[in-house]
Amino acid sequence: MVEQQGYMKALCCRECGEEYPLEARHVCELCFGPLEVVYDYEAAKSKMTRQTIEQRPQSMWRYAELLPVAGEPTVGREVGFTPLIKADRLAKRLGIRELWIKNDAVNYPTLSFKDRVVSVALSRARELGYEVVACASTGNLANSVAANAASAGLTAFVFIPNDLEKGKVVNSLIYDANVIGIKGHYDEVNRLCAEIAGKHDWAFVNVNMRPYYAEGSKTQGFEIMEQLGWKIPRHTVVPMASGSLLTKIHKSYQEAVKVGLVDEAEYSVHGAQATGCSPISQAFKEGQDFFKPVKPDTIAKSLAIGTPADGFYALKVFKETGAASDDVTDEEIREGIKLLAETEGIFAETAGGVTVGVAKKLIASGAIPADDSAVLCITGNGLKTLDAVENHAGSTREIAPSLREFESLLDSDKELAAATQ
Amino acid sequence: MPVNIRIPTPLRKLTHDEEVVETSAENIGQAIADLETRYPGIQERLLDESGEVRRFVNVYVNEEDIRFLDNKDTAIKDGDEVSIIPAIAGG
Repeated sequence: MVEQQGYMKALCCRECGEEYPLEARHVCELCFGPLEVVYDYEAAKSKMTRQTIEQRPQSMWRYAELLPVAGEPTVGREVGFTPLIKADRLAKRLGIRELWIKNDAVNYPTLSFKDRVVSVALSRARELGYEVVACASTGNLANSVAANAASAGLTAFVFIPNDLEKGKVVNSLIYDANVIGIKGHYDEVNRLCAEIAGKHDWAFVNVNMRPYYAEGSKTQGFEIMEQLGWKIPRHTVVPMASGSLLTKIHKSYQEAVKVGLVDEAEYSVHGAQATGCSPISQAFKEGQDFFKPVKPDTIAKSLAIGTPADGFYALKVFKETGAASDDVTDEEIREGIKLLAETEGIFAETAGGVTVGVAKKLIASGAIPADDSAVLCITGNGLKTLDAVENHAGSTREIAPSLREFESLLDSDKELAAATQ
Repeated sequence: MPVNIRIPTPLRKLTHDEEVVETSAENIGQAIADLETRYPGIQERLLDESGEVRRFVNVYVNEEDIRFLDNKDTAIKDGDEVSIIPAIAGG
């Protein structure tokens, strides 16, 4: 019998059900299945009412009973509770009745949803006595581990592919983390980290700490439900790299029903990928229940995982919730970024372009009916991936500091407009 | 020079805490059978009921995933490095 810690009962293999103590381990010794945290839902239910949650500080920790930290969180207490925007202008352009944007592009402190998972992973790593934290990352996670480790006084090693966007590299270096660029794509970084984690007893947030880490993503789902007035959105569109965020948003909806925060309802959680790295959406379209690994080639580097750890479970979510999955080209990704920016004033990174682009396709195909309502999960900030759009966003027009020059610029615009009418 | 196989943490109880073991097998399927003779029980951890590599196990030969090569038939030769890695990581 494993000793309960806080609301956590044990780690449990998702495949064969074997139980393990609540330590830094992520894989079942019997079948290699993923370990997940099991909670004491009865105890959580008695503490988590809508009223008590609403009185708590506006951060992701207002759902602490369903997060895998035994005591008070010590890292990232201010993370989360990002805006949920009613996106009427974008809704009109995509041809849907009602649309919401969950905007983690402004998550604290490093402008991506990764701050959610990292604050959980590092708080838990401290509880388990670790002083060195590490990760394999496509960029955003590295930024978040570096920043949150700095504020907590932990030593960080972050491993990234060596071809990442400059913004994401500088965003890790600035916190004085050990930033290791690997000559290879993310899947190779990930494999190396699994091997390093087998040799060095560090808290690798997405290796041995993964069962705790991944749970942090549920808070995006909890917040969406609360911000919608405590209900599950009919449709949610989520970008997929490993597929973890998507499976955890689905889990948050299930848990919210279980502890009585929302009523049971029909819902679909759809997945979005870049065509240049779309093992999950390809498997969905081919009707497979497992994906074929691919070698990524896309501007959406944050989603460039060719061997997605949760691909199998993402495909299950589509089946269970009557959802769909699709993918978009680099050109459509850029269009998606621009469309979101022009209609809602939100500058998302490439993954956001993927989400908007795929939402457009799913609405057009009827997978998301036009008379329905949907939430799009925007997970990262466009200022970090300027490289992807800088030659596609137009350019400034330069004039002398002269009123005459400005008036002639306006006149030429008018002439141009008249000529093209 | 034989082939080195790197053993992941979840299997090291079976290999008596050895992190690296050697084999003279000529492909991945044979290497797993060879491991089984020396470390009984290891094969059923790595292969499913139909004899294929489990979906949550990734096997690499010299850093390349065998699913991009010839899966269990992937040839190995002296000096090659084989890594067995749990698939559930990252993202």
